[in-house]
Amino acid sequence: MEECVGIGVSSIFIVAIVSTFIGAVSCIQTAYNLVSPIIPISTVALIVRDMEILELAPTITCIVLAGKVGSNIASELGTMRITEQIDALEVMGINSSSYLVLPKVLAAMFTFPMLVIFSAFLGIFGGYLAGTLTGVITERDFLYGIRDSFVPYNIFFMCIKPFVFGFLIASISSFQGFFITGGALEVGKASTQAVTNSCIGVLVADYLLAQLLL
Amino acid sequence: MKCGEKLSGMIEISDITKSFNGKEVLKGITSQFQKGETNLIIGGSGTGKSVLLKCMIGLVKPDTGHVLYNGRDFYNSDKETQQSIRREMGVLFQGGALFDSKTVEENVRFPLDMLTDQSMQEKQERVEFCLQRVGLEAAAKRMPSEISGGMKKRVGIARAIVMNPAYLFCDEPNSGLDPLTSVKIDELIKEITEEYQITTIIITHDMNSVLEIGQNIIFLYQGDKLWEGLNSEITKTDVPELQEFLFSNKLLREMQR
Repeated sequence: MEECVGIGVSSIFIVAIVSTFIGAVSCIQTAYNLVSPIIPISTVALIVRDMEILELAPTITCIVLAGKVGSNIASELGTMRITEQIDALEVMGINSSSYLVLPKVLAAMFTFPMLVIFSAFLGIFGGYLAGTLTGVITERDFLYGIRDSFVPYNIFFMCIKPFVFGFLIASISSFQGFFITGGALEVGKASTQAVTNSCIGVLVADYLLAQLLL
Repeated sequence: MKCGEKLSGMIEISDITKSFNGKEVLKGITSQFQKGETNLIIGGSGTGKSVLLKCMIGLVKPDTGHVLYNGRDFYNSDKETQQSIRREMGVLFQGGALFDSKTVEENVRFPLDMLTDQSMQEKQERVEFCLQRVGLEAAAKRMPSEISGGMKKRVGIARAIVMNPAYLFCDEPNSGLDPLTSVKIDELIKEITEEYQITTIIITHDMNSVLEIGQNIIFLYQGDKLWEGLNSEITKTDVPELQEFLFSNKLLREMQR
């Protein structure tokens, strides 16, 4: 529960900010590109919806979380390693990887899908705000567009991605921190490496999931 | 609070060797550590003291040799026996190794929470007793970041003894402490060893510890055990490396003359 709060609840603010602005920008830029008069303006909302659900909400959110959560996990475990806290657990006969790593992995797999759903709502809402306030699209057209040609399977796909990404981010970051050797400098390096490797893992998995599930 | 009954707590190490990347760090160390005594392992930096300690507490597996706890070979036992031996150990790490996210009280209670089925009241009573023993009952609700280095060491001692161990290992308990606090830590370790008849092993290069609380002393030099004996004999040694180690301090040199 503590890990869920640390990983999930504490990320709500950053996810909210990023998602709202990403949704707003995608609406404006889609409207900017959609210049043909034969394409109805409600298509902007349809595109924003599908972009959010299929890619922006799960992938961008998890890239952001790779930075926030991944670096936090790696530096926490790395610091525990260099201050002998992990050794203290081992000497007590406690399996340190089960005690420290498993809760983080499970918390990430559990909370990331919830954050992504939250992100998708806020992204579409951000697009609505930006589109209607700037006059790019009317409220009626936007609401028509987000309901047009909706594919429920996309929601399932949107939820599978963060489940996989959560596992990857938590595992990779935990590995980097848990097996560190050295001092404070190496903790910083491990933290950076965790973010980099997690992002690469997320992008590769993103492609593989798209290829396999769509 | 009464202490529970413990097994006879002798530790034997025989022919412990360990190498890292081809470099021999321990070259066949053999010794015995008796119950109720403060056993010191001394030597200069890089002589293998900490590696020897880690071999004894199961953090680093030696390349050859045996570590016997009351006749039980740690590295050739099944997992259940190893776990049982681990529960009889208390370890004080060099920096205390307190868990940053837990209060002092939670740190001391941690082994009881993880390894026993005691009720909360029983655990709390034991924690209060251990904190009183090290003089830190007032600091129970503080976080490790809010207490001094000496206090962290004392909390580490309280956590090490909370499970009523048969064996207590201390890795440089005086490092980073002022002389007065250092003496207090030494006295505390000695009192606990005698009171509870624990087999205590201390890694140190603090000469005050050697002369004040050491009973059985082992001197390591470049991975070899060069000398072993009582603290009453150490100042009369004719081993040149030990003499150099002991009398590198000007005050002690003057006293010897």
